[in-house]
Parts: sequence; structure tokens; C-alpha cells
Amino acid sequence: MTQPVSSNANVVVEHLRSWNASSLEQVIEYRGDTTIVVPKHLLLATAQHCKEHPELQFNLLSDATCVDRFPIEPRFELNYQLVSIPLRRRICLRTYASGQQPVVDSLMPVWLGANWLEREIFDLFGIHFEGHTDLRRILLPDGFQGFPLRRDFPVEGQR
Amino acid sequence: MTTVDTAIGTTKTMVLNMGPQHPSTHGVLRVLLELDGENVVTAVPDLGYLHTGIEKSCEDKTYSQAITLTDRIDYLNPLGNNLAYCLAVEKLLNLQVPKRAQYIRVMMVELQRISSHLVWLGTHALDMGAMSVMLYAFREREEILKIFERFAGQRMMTSYIRIGGLALEPPTGWRELVKKFIDAMPAHIDEYEALLTENRIWKGRLEGVGYLPAEQLIALSTTGPGLRAAGVAYDNRKMFPYSSYEEFEFDVPTRTESDCYARYMVRVAEMRESVKLVRQAMAKITDQGAYKAEAPGIIPPQREKMKTEMEALIYHFKIFTEGFSPAPGEAYAAVESPRGELGCFVASDGSPKPLRVHFRGPSFVNLQALPFMVQGQLLADVVASIGTIDIVLGEVDR
Repeated sequence: MTQPVSSNANVVVEHLRSWNASSLEQVIEYRGDTTIVVPKHLLLATAQHCKEHPELQFNLLSDATCVDRFPIEPRFELNYQLVSIPLRRRICLRTYASGQQPVVDSLMPVWLGANWLEREIFDLFGIHFEGHTDLRRILLPDGFQGFPLRRDFPVEGQR
Repeated sequence: MTTVDTAIGTTKTMVLNMGPQHPSTHGVLRVLLELDGENVVTAVPDLGYLHTGIEKSCEDKTYSQAITLTDRIDYLNPLGNNLAYCLAVEKLLNLQVPKRAQYIRVMMVELQRISSHLVWLGTHALDMGAMSVMLYAFREREEILKIFERFAGQRMMTSYIRIGGLALEPPTGWRELVKKFIDAMPAHIDEYEALLTENRIWKGRLEGVGYLPAEQLIALSTTGPGLRAAGVAYDNRKMFPYSSYEEFEFDVPTRTESDCYARYMVRVAEMRESVKLVRQAMAKITDQGAYKAEAPGIIPPQREKMKTEMEALIYHFKIFTEGFSPAPGEAYAAVESPRGELGCFVASDGSPKPLRVHFRGPSFVNLQALPFMVQGQLLADVVASIGTIDIVLGEVDR
């Protein structure tokens, strides 16, 4: 069992609340980890603020991943794991995208490292990242049909 | 197909294809290099030649079955992968692992770190033209694999760390076995250093090569020895301790040069720290005690209980036929693998199979820095840079 290291994460929550209360759609505390659900249109602005404000300093985007909750809508749930190296904090930003319009703002302008992480999500889930400068398939061949990590894609592959 | 656009006839550049079958790409990495003479103008990595869809396969296995797949992600660090996955699932289950099992886990992953760094050292020296180092490094790695075989019955794909603890009680005589290796290891590290650290060719090939400033490395999400060689002491074992690492005394080696040579120095120093950690873990591991948690319905019951208690037999049957179902939730656990932050994200929808398993592979993320490292450098330095990023293609492509 990992230690609840992000126990000082409520500082982050309070800070974001006073910065822009609408950026906090929901705050989930789970086993010592804090997840902040951000409305899709505020994702880029919130990420930028998290990185640049001296009280937050989330300078490392550790991971970005997607969960497909098909057939629930909005089916795609994007999770961004943020780390502040100077302040020793971790937090997760989450936003949702619908199946009809799986488009989310790219976080590349904030963290350059989002590049391949978002390309991987694009490749395997078919989510389009608005503002990504090099959105190509990364693991699968370019001519591949479909998005294998979607829940409606069969495990044994398509014929 | 990844291509590089060059206007033929108008520029002096040429495109060179490196890999996917090139020996110093350590697997099946393909890099397209645009060259101006011998200088690299752009480098475009092309991945996916080893993509096996492990994350998708995990969704079709029960939580316990998926452990065997995690071994195969970073095949030089199977115990570390097991640990990241198990920590994430244990977080979902809110399961406490006995201290003794945690210390054994630490001992095993630190041995794994030494073995992984040894493979890196041997192969990287081979890339640079120093053949003998590999023979020395693999000699010691063999000893570590023998230890793993005694513990888990397997040399490489150990699946030794399980949800709630370990697969087996440590074998009889494990202390002597590990102690013999650990006592000999510092002198062996001195041997490698005698061969390389002040070697003029080694320094000539590595010093000042593959430089990137710390800010850029952080922006590119680089972690592990690559970041520590740039002076940033980011190590999950210290920053966000897991598996009782907060009880251990160890240093996080850093350098400030941020070149290939600094990355080499950091890894060598890390091996020495790992030796210290294994020693401390051995002292903490008691001879008696539990090696896995007691959690009916989740952890298989002990063999003796199954023969006397009806419930134990039922649980055993249910665990192995349908698995267990954690409450809906999502957990992310990060460990420090030999290559950097290895994260595992597991989402449960309340069924016996995970809704989503995602691995944040440090090799995959760290490789993003390659084009920036080699820009403007010589062609031969590309090999040095790929080597010191220390990629494992199984993890890059998953």
C-alpha cells in the first residue's frame, strides 16, 4: 500500500477554487489520491495555470491515459497525472469526451512531453487532440483500421 | 509509413534509415535520420514494431492473470512491472501488504535494478566498441538470475510479486545466496569502473554528447537516470515512497553535466546504492512471518487450511475460476524502475476483469527526448544517445 503522499493536495484544490471555481467540476479523493474533474473547455487553461503558478508548479506531466466506458456517455475519460517536482505533489486532472465528438485540447503547448502520450491515445482510442502539431499513429501501422483499445473493438482483432 | 520530406536537388541533406534491425537500437527501433554530411539535421523515431497489445490483453484477463503479462512489458525489469501493477491493484482493493513481504519486494526490485543496469552497461559498452565489459557485466547478471530462479522458479519472467504479497516463501538458504552476491558486487563495480570511467575512448565518445538542459528534459517528461544526470534529484522512491522505501537509507545520485557520460556515472552510482538497499532489506526481513496478506476471497488461502476448512476451499475455487472483483474505482501507482517512473493505471468497473490497465513506460516517454538530443550532433553520437536513454523496446511498444 502506498503512503498517502498527496495529502497536501487539498492546497491545490483550494487554490484552484479561488482561481476559477468553474474549473472544479468535481473533486475525487480516493485512497489518498486527488483527482480533479475539469470541464473540457477549461482543460488547457487549468493545465497552464497548474504548471505556471508559483504555488502549484506542476512542471512534469507524468502520464496521460484514457478509459473507455462504452456504452456509458460521455464514454471517454482522460486522465493526466501531474507531478510538481519542487513541491513534491501529485495530482490527477480528468476530463470527459463524448463518443460522437471525441475531441480534446492538446496539452502540448503546456508540456512538450504530451506529444507522444497524446499520439498514443489518438492511435489506440481515436481521440483527436486539437492543437497537436504532429498527430499521427505511433504504435500501429498508418493504414490500420479502427482503434483497438476501445471497448467495442474485439480482443482477438477485427477480420 | 514514417517519412522525412527532403527536397531533392535543392538541399544537401540525405535521409538515412537506421533500424529496425540495427544492433545498437536494442531491439526494433527505427530512426529516420536526415543528415547534412555527418551531422544530424532531424531524427524521427518510428515505433511499434514490437507492439503486442498487452494493455488490451489485460482487459480480457482476471486481475491475477494479468500479472504474467506485466512481466513481458519491460523484460529487463519484470519484478518492477509486477510491483507497479500490484501496487495499483492493492490500492483499488485497499489491501495492506505485510511488512515482511514489502521488504522482500524491495530486495527483489533492487537486485533487478542492478541486473538491468548491468545489461545496460554491457550493451552500451559494446555499442561504443568496448567488448570485454559485456562479458564481465553478464557474468554478474547471471548470478542475479540464479537468485531469481531460486526465489521464483523462473530466471526472467518471474511473476514473483503478486497481489497482496509474493508468490512463494523465500527458499531455504536464500540469505547466504544473496549475501554472497552482495558482498562480491562492490568489487565488481570497481572492475567496470576501472575499465571505463577514466578510459580515454569511453570519455571521448560520451562526454558532451546527447546534452539537454534540465528544464527541457522535464518539459519532455523525462524521468530516471536521464533526469538525475541533469541535476534533478527526482526519484519516486524518495519523493513518493512506496513499499516502505521511507524506512531505508540511501542517496539519490545526481550529476549536473546532463551528457551521456553523466548518465553512465549516475547508473554506476545507482548500482552501489542498490547494493546498500539490498543489505538493509536483508537485515529487515525476518525468518518468520507472512509473505502475503490475509484477505479471504482475494488472496489464495494456505494449502493446509484448504484441507481443513470448507470456506478456504470455496475461496480457493472461486479465486481460480472467476477471480475477484474490486469495487469500482481507478488507481495510479508509480514506482522507480531502472529507467524512470514506471506508472500503472488500473480502472475497475466492479467486474473480475480490469476495465483498463495502462502502463506509463519510462522507455516510451524518455525516447521522446532523442530527436532533441541528437540534433546537430554527429551520426555516431546517435548510437551513444539511444544507448544512454536506455530503452527497452518491449516497454516502448507494449
